[in-house]
Amino acid sequence: MQRARIRGGAAAGVALVAVALSLAACSSSGSSGAKSSSSPSSGSTAKLSGTLNGSGSTFQTTYQEAAISAFRSVQPNMTVNYGSGGSGKGRSDLAAGVTNFGGSDTAPIPSAEVPNFKGKTVLYFPVFLGPITVSYNLSGVTGLKLDATVLAEIFSGKITSWNNSAIKALNPGVSLPSTPVTIAVRSDSSGTTQNFSLYLEKAGGSAWTLGSNSTIKWPSTARAGSGNAGVASIVKSTPGAIGYVDYADAKASGLTFASIKNSSGTYVVPSPSSASEAGNGITIASNLTFHAVDSPNAQAYPITYQSWDLVFEVQPNANDAAMLKAYIGYLIGDGQQLLGNLGYAPLSSGLQHMAQAQLSKITS
Amino acid sequence: MSTVARADQATPAGSARALSERRPLGDRGFQVLALACGLLVLVILVLIAVSTTQQASSWFTTEGLKIFARTWDPATGQFGALSFIYGTAVTAIIALVMAVPVSIGIALLLTEVVPYRWSRPIVYVIDLLAVVPSVVWGLWGILVFAPWLQHIYTDIASGVNGIPILDNLFGQPVSGASFFTAGVILAFMITPIVTSLSREVIATVPAIDKEGAYALGATRWEMIRGAVWPHSQGGVVGAVLLGLGRAMGETIAAALVIGSSPTITSHLFAPGYDMPAVIANQFGESYGVFKAGLIGIGVLLFAFTIIINVIARGVVERSARRKRGA
Repeated sequence: MQRARIRGGAAAGVALVAVALSLAACSSSGSSGAKSSSSPSSGSTAKLSGTLNGSGSTFQTTYQEAAISAFRSVQPNMTVNYGSGGSGKGRSDLAAGVTNFGGSDTAPIPSAEVPNFKGKTVLYFPVFLGPITVSYNLSGVTGLKLDATVLAEIFSGKITSWNNSAIKALNPGVSLPSTPVTIAVRSDSSGTTQNFSLYLEKAGGSAWTLGSNSTIKWPSTARAGSGNAGVASIVKSTPGAIGYVDYADAKASGLTFASIKNSSGTYVVPSPSSASEAGNGITIASNLTFHAVDSPNAQAYPITYQSWDLVFEVQPNANDAAMLKAYIGYLIGDGQQLLGNLGYAPLSSGLQHMAQAQLSKITS
Repeated sequence: MSTVARADQATPAGSARALSERRPLGDRGFQVLALACGLLVLVILVLIAVSTTQQASSWFTTEGLKIFARTWDPATGQFGALSFIYGTAVTAIIALVMAVPVSIGIALLLTEVVPYRWSRPIVYVIDLLAVVPSVVWGLWGILVFAPWLQHIYTDIASGVNGIPILDNLFGQPVSGASFFTAGVILAFMITPIVTSLSREVIATVPAIDKEGAYALGATRWEMIRGAVWPHSQGGVVGAVLLGLGRAMGETIAAALVIGSSPTITSHLFAPGYDMPAVIANQFGESYGVFKAGLIGIGVLLFAFTIIINVIARGVVERSARRKRGA
């Protein structure tokens, strides 16, 4: 009798142990990025081997993928992986030690997240700039000119039709139809929304009351699309629509962009060169954080934004440090030539020099 | 030794004790494995609940009761989730109102009206609806269905303009993406589940009850109402509640067609938001209290779905017990 009871109890006990073991196996922390056996290099042409893992900003994804495949001819024994997931994920993965570098459209790290980094110094490397176009769909109207105040009123829902006097004042001689304005915005949170709203906040003054964040509470009449491609398709298919779309996606969809008045009063058309100009004349902090929106440079396109790759200053081993120097050095150096074809803008020369000088700070 | 032998003779032949003493190793091993799997499911469920609540704790503590506030605006630091709870409730109700009569009707059709030979292909086709992936429903919804519905919405809105209650319900369409479109797509998605579960429950009605009703002179409808429905109502209600649980949790299809606008409005044709959709859309770039808030919305959704499922089980159990007693 007792033997049976003991057997029943033993069965349950073994089952619990099995459960506990399987959970312990699952919960063991994942290994950190790089594992390699080659000796650390001191020259930029020395062959390195190992794996680098990065994640974060989806704005960087296209450039990272192009750079990773081009970098294979520079360092054939190195493997670099970039999984997107958003800037928030990029920062949290770096803090958790899951990745070697994180892509983030926001810098410096928000104060709510600083404790996650446990006091370790993070280096910010600006990687590229990108213009955000204001694309619209008005048949027969090209070369529309807009400024920050009018944009703020359009995207707050205050201007509801295209023949509004404020738009007419900026575009004398253009016949604007009475079509109602439909604003196209992002349904998902993104760095594009963050920087577009930051521009409206900085340059639009009191006309903009919705704040700046990766998610904005747009007026209820706004139509939301998923990703830059979603907003582009809303603009393309809706007469009278106006939306903010990344330059690369706007060009791919064949949209018409407006020229925006910059802080010097010039109306500038979005392009890789006018976006690079936005990197000149702005205040750059010593840790290389800055805002490229509303740049004071006279040739700059005002709605330009940027992305950084974040790395820890002190790396766990010398090979990690060497690999990061090689790859990040490529991103800010030779890799910049890839940007024009992708629809992004290379760093201005001042930014590039500062970033390259900061490379030597990566130690182990 | 002798006491053990006497004990063996004393126990009845089919007792579990006698069986476990003589059970082969494979049987015992299987018992342990099955027990482990069952416990694993329970442990995982508890771990999910505990870890998500832990990660959402900063939202609960910072906002307190304001988690049920109307405004969700990360730019100004307001994280009230009421508009998402409202959206989930509204789309689920619309889905139920459209799907339940159709599903029960199909179930009754297959069991009472259609000859058995035709019911198998019809069941097959309905089950195919269940196989369509959620993201395909969402894409079809936003690319084909919503633009088509947009014209219908504007026609209805201009038609009811001025009529007191209807123009509060059916006014102000913005585009095809709205509470109503999401509700209809969810109705398509839950119809197969509710239909197949209801059909199986209705098929268990004993033929004697049905024949008896016919013998007493009942028409087909009177037979259904008198013999089929009392027998199967518990199971059908349980099926409906399970469909409701699925409608509440459906993520991608709803996220693509609901319009992504966190507002509380009576206008069903206006864009809205629901709990799974906001998590899917806004999680990537969130951090701090914003991220904790999204995880917290997930905890609330988890809790609501568990409550609905517990109620469903309770209703099914209670009616089964009543039937067994009768």
